[in-house]
Amino acid sequence: MKYKLLSFARQLALMLLVIWTVVSLVTFLIEIVPGDPATVILGETATQEQLDNFRHKHGLDKPAFFISYSSDEGLKWNGGDNRYADYWIGLLHGDLGTSMRTDRPVRDMIFERYPYTIELAFAAMLVAIGIAIPLGVVAGSRKNSWIDNFASVVALLGISLPTFVIGPFLVYIFAVKLGWFSPTGSLYPEDIVLPAVTLGAALSAILTRMIRSSVIEELGEDYVRTARAKGMSERVVLFKHVLKNGLIPVVTILGLQLGVLLAGAIITEKIFNWQGLGLLLLDDGIEKRDYRLVQGCVLVISVTYILANSVTDFVYRKLDPRIRLS
Amino acid sequence: MSRLGYLGIAIAVIFILAALLAPIIASHDPTAQDLLLRYASPSAQHWFGTDALGRDVFSRVIYGARISLEVGVSVVVVSAVIGIIVGSLAGFYGGFVDKFLSGYVFNVILAFPGLLLAIALVAFLGAGEGKLILALCVIGWVGYARVMRGQVLKIREYDYVQAARAIGAGNLRILVTHILPNAIQPLIVQASLGMAGAVLSEASLSFLGLGIPPPAPSWGTMIEEARQFYTVTPHVLFFPGAAVALTVLAFNFIGDGLREYLDPKQRAR
Repeated sequence: MKYKLLSFARQLALMLLVIWTVVSLVTFLIEIVPGDPATVILGETATQEQLDNFRHKHGLDKPAFFISYSSDEGLKWNGGDNRYADYWIGLLHGDLGTSMRTDRPVRDMIFERYPYTIELAFAAMLVAIGIAIPLGVVAGSRKNSWIDNFASVVALLGISLPTFVIGPFLVYIFAVKLGWFSPTGSLYPEDIVLPAVTLGAALSAILTRMIRSSVIEELGEDYVRTARAKGMSERVVLFKHVLKNGLIPVVTILGLQLGVLLAGAIITEKIFNWQGLGLLLLDDGIEKRDYRLVQGCVLVISVTYILANSVTDFVYRKLDPRIRLS
Repeated sequence: MSRLGYLGIAIAVIFILAALLAPIIASHDPTAQDLLLRYASPSAQHWFGTDALGRDVFSRVIYGARISLEVGVSVVVVSAVIGIIVGSLAGFYGGFVDKFLSGYVFNVILAFPGLLLAIALVAFLGAGEGKLILALCVIGWVGYARVMRGQVLKIREYDYVQAARAIGAGNLRILVTHILPNAIQPLIVQASLGMAGAVLSEASLSFLGLGIPPPAPSWGTMIEEARQFYTVTPHVLFFPGAAVALTVLAFNFIGDGLREYLDPKQRAR
């Protein structure tokens, strides 16, 4: 019990350390961007008063960090009243700052778009599972048959084709030629199909390979021979026994991949003009140089990724005692 | 090595030759515009057709290989050198150095979604080939460092290393002449997979408008530019898309093939 608590505490400490690093790194990057945000946002024509007001509102008149360095003054201690400390204080109150462009709280802007990205990631995961389980099971149970080779080719394509190639290709066939879906946007419920397939393609390929080798391995186990000897049909053996055991490693991959999907959604959202967090980051943050928004988006995506991975790790340790021991 | 591994080598050789011999192979200047000949279909004159500005797609794809190769090789070499040094330090000295490096630094970088970190870095540093390479190296070196650390930890316990130490060899000598040559195999696998990753990341970032700025014929930029009209003229998107996919596939094949080849346990299966 003591050991368990200790390991949990270590896990938690590492997670917090990672989050601290992410926040600090992103803040540091923003500070080293050349140019004055006030002139970038307000333009060259802004009056001195407007510039001063803007700087005061966004804390740009304060020092960036606790310590600053300049060639004439050397290292200088700035005290607690600095932007980095302010950002942390805000963060601990659930405040991600104010957008420099729209004057809206960054938190609100992010949480308006976040559900779209989550929805897309889960849809992609469903697509991946829907393709991978049947294909992987059939391929594994009929090793080296034509369907196994077919599954290998599909998996290979899924892994090697970049999303920005798969996406337009799917749009060309299913939106332009067949007219089943709209090419871009997130207006209608069925609009999620093409982005979800695009984003889920790589995952479905990884899963198919995993399930295939998992099924092959499990089919060689003693309990399968026993089940067959008892006269169970091949289908029952496959789906009731083999698949159940074969899916354990898949569960972990799914958890780890959820984070990958959330981060990878950036490109898919760009292709399909899907109004999620990735598009917010690219179009409203980076394109318009709204660095507070960039900071918030990067932070939220990273923290989701880190949390998804940590939870998966935790669940996996619980599921499989062998990992807990090592 | 597996058949797919050889296929990968074959494609990679074509890719490297295309990149090196681009001025000879390309039929046109990759940036020369011909506005009267926009979106021309593939023909004897323009093998892959022309794009929105009437530029020859074949020549652009060939010159695009050059950019991919430049970025890929730079990222792999720089990341590998940094990774080997840091990994050796962590594995060889152990203790606090190792705890800090492998327990904290490696985990922090791996805990970050790679593409997002690259996007953030490029967004703040600005676009351009040098900055893109820098951003990809920041993410890339950890893979080599982990491999190297693992190898060093394993190999330094071997008898011949102990023997070398007994006859008075110094740390650097042991590291360079005894450990490194034996750690090189997994590093080559890592480099091959890293090459695939770098080519893909360069194309992805350029596609997002954060990599190599136009008019340079980066495959990612070409795909992004082709996106507006590809529903009418799919060839403009198809060829650079196929080039990225084939190159990434080739280096993944080589990496997988080498890994299987070098690992007798996997070879037996």
